[in-house]
Amino acid sequence: MSGSKLPIDQSDPLSANPQRSDVDHAAETKAGKGITRRGFLKGAGVAAAGTALLEGAQVFSREAVAATRGEHNGVKEYGPGPIAVTLHVNGKEQTVHIEPRTTLADALRVDMALTGTKVVCDRGACSACTVLLDNMPINSCMTLAMDAVGHRVTTIEGLAKNGEMHPMQAAFVKHDALQCGFCTPGMVMTCSALLGKNPKPTEEDVRYAIAGNLCRCGTYPKIFAAAQEVAGASTPESTRNA
Amino acid sequence: MNQFVLVDCTTVDGALSQLNDGSVVKAAGVDLLDRMKNGTTTPSRLVNIRNISALRGIHPSPQGVTIGALTTLAEISEHPLLTSQYTILSDACGSAATPHIRNMATLGGNLLQQLQCWYFRSEEYQCLRKGKDLCFAFAGLNQYHAIMDYGTCPSVAPSSSAVALLGLNASVELTSAKRGKRTVAIKDLYVHPDANPTKFNVLEPDELLTAVTIPRPAAGTRSAYQKYGEKQSNDWAIADAGVVLEMDGNVCRKAAIVMGAASPVVRHSPEAEAVLAGKPITEETARAAGKAAMQGGPLQTAMQGAQPLSMNAYKVQLFPVAIYRTILLAAGQMGRDPSAAG
Ligand SMILES: Cc1cc2nc3c(=O)[nH]c(=O)nc-3n(C[C@H](O)[C@H](O)[C@H](O)COP(=O)(O)OP(=O)(O)OC[C@H]3O[C@@H](n4cnc5c(N)ncnc54)[C@H](O)[C@@H]3O)c2cc1C
Ligand code: FES
Ligand code: FES
Repeated sequence: MSGSKLPIDQSDPLSANPQRSDVDHAAETKAGKGITRRGFLKGAGVAAAGTALLEGAQVFSREAVAATRGEHNGVKEYGPGPIAVTLHVNGKEQTVHIEPRTTLADALRVDMALTGTKVVCDRGACSACTVLLDNMPINSCMTLAMDAVGHRVTTIEGLAKNGEMHPMQAAFVKHDALQCGFCTPGMVMTCSALLGKNPKPTEEDVRYAIAGNLCRCGTYPKIFAAAQEVAGASTPESTRNA
Repeated sequence: MNQFVLVDCTTVDGALSQLNDGSVVKAAGVDLLDRMKNGTTTPSRLVNIRNISALRGIHPSPQGVTIGALTTLAEISEHPLLTSQYTILSDACGSAATPHIRNMATLGGNLLQQLQCWYFRSEEYQCLRKGKDLCFAFAGLNQYHAIMDYGTCPSVAPSSSAVALLGLNASVELTSAKRGKRTVAIKDLYVHPDANPTKFNVLEPDELLTAVTIPRPAAGTRSAYQKYGEKQSNDWAIADAGVVLEMDGNVCRKAAIVMGAASPVVRHSPEAEAVLAGKPITEETARAAGKAAMQGGPLQTAMQGAQPLSMNAYKVQLFPVAIYRTILLAAGQMGRDPSAAG
């Protein structure tokens, strides 16, 4: 079956899910009053983190909740209200105060102000929201944030090291492998994961790896070129220095 | 998405003890969260089985192979024993959805995912499968719906892995706290809408699907699965074919030909299988088998042969081609179809 949304009223991909975009609507409204949407989101995220810090004494950690409700037979209950959840994101532990229904994408974007991860379809169908869970690319929109506990999450913000772009980011820039840029963070994450698994991918390998990443601007040929260049560049040091 | 209590479980017994009224099992959640975001499923408690490590893994035995319910589609698609001896299954899991979804989606969840019919998935349509009177697909948009054996609702079987597992004669292990374990053959796992429109499979609310067991294929068995979609990736099948051939040289002793996206419940084609039994696999017999599949007799309803709806007559052309090419792929006489998904 080809997709499950009726092929009508698809002009706005977010219109199909009014609930999840509550926060975005709020952001949009404020943005209309002279604050940029991104700036607002970042601000909101920092404020949320601040709240979590201030309330730190009262906020339960995931384990603390289990202790209060009692753990039996390997069973622990959370929610429905907000609980403190510690996620390991881009090499750092961060505690956020979220409801169990929060997706990893929303926890990253709204609660941690890591807005580099994009949400486009919010249904697992475009891979714009790709992040790495223990180096494996997954859709953060279809993953509950609580399911990321105990795993290492890497987002597009975590690729650069010491202020230097990841080679895949640099290659995307060099090859102009983006147009509107909405699919780009997901594309870069997917390609960087591929290189981690297979340092010398063929174009066929790249095509297969990004088979779920949709680019409606049609930048695929440039993405193949960028990935191929990095594949060449990650051959032995000697060739790179030559 | 509605608010819910998340009950995180790390043991099977723990999870079974939590399967009470109103609780819904969550594996990876790819299917469940979709329905929750759409507002068509609003559980107050999710029993999260994703962290039960005992339900993960591929265990070969002299009798065949047992696969834990939480094993991911990606793990199955890359496993050397499965790619060599159970190719139909590794093909099916490797061509379902997208690479990232396959990294998340579990085998149990794939088998038990609910319909992809857009009326069923939309909060705005109260249809037969939600306990109301009407199926909207007959008079509505039905280009991806069923062509065979549909009766009151032409939704199609969504699970790619089910096509493979039916072809391999597999069964599932269902476990409940009160009644212990029972084994159900894949052919008996699903409930046709005519029998009960709101019950999609035979699981009781207090049961977990804990494992899938596949008998060891007979010597000389070759198999393959191909899925055709609107795009080469991303979408559920518009036509798919699973083929298992027990070969004696070039003569086929016995064949299993299975289709998913043709009917509400995944089905064999006894007619196509009869064409191949005792014959050599050739271009001609493979084409004849594909054609015979569309004349298929009823399995669940009184419907004889393919009876397309207003918008899906193309499927009656597509299935025979999918079956013919997949028979030749299984027999090693044709490469993988570049226009198939995956
Ligand atoms: C873009 C896209 C394309 C797709 N294309 C395909 C495709 O081509 N072929 C295909 O087969 N699928 C396809 N899918 C569907 C996807 O493979 C399934 O959603 C996924 O396999 C479900 O697995 P899960 O672990 O996430 O299940 P969940 O969403 O966690 O669960 C699914 C259902 O099964 C129940 N359940 C899960 N595990 C158990 C268990 N062990 N015991 C009892 N009940 C259980 C849950 O209660 C729920 O009702 C696609 C999905 C997307 C998003
Ligand atoms: S936003 Fe499209 S897959 Fe997550
Ligand atoms: S650059 Fe616009 S969607 Fe890819």
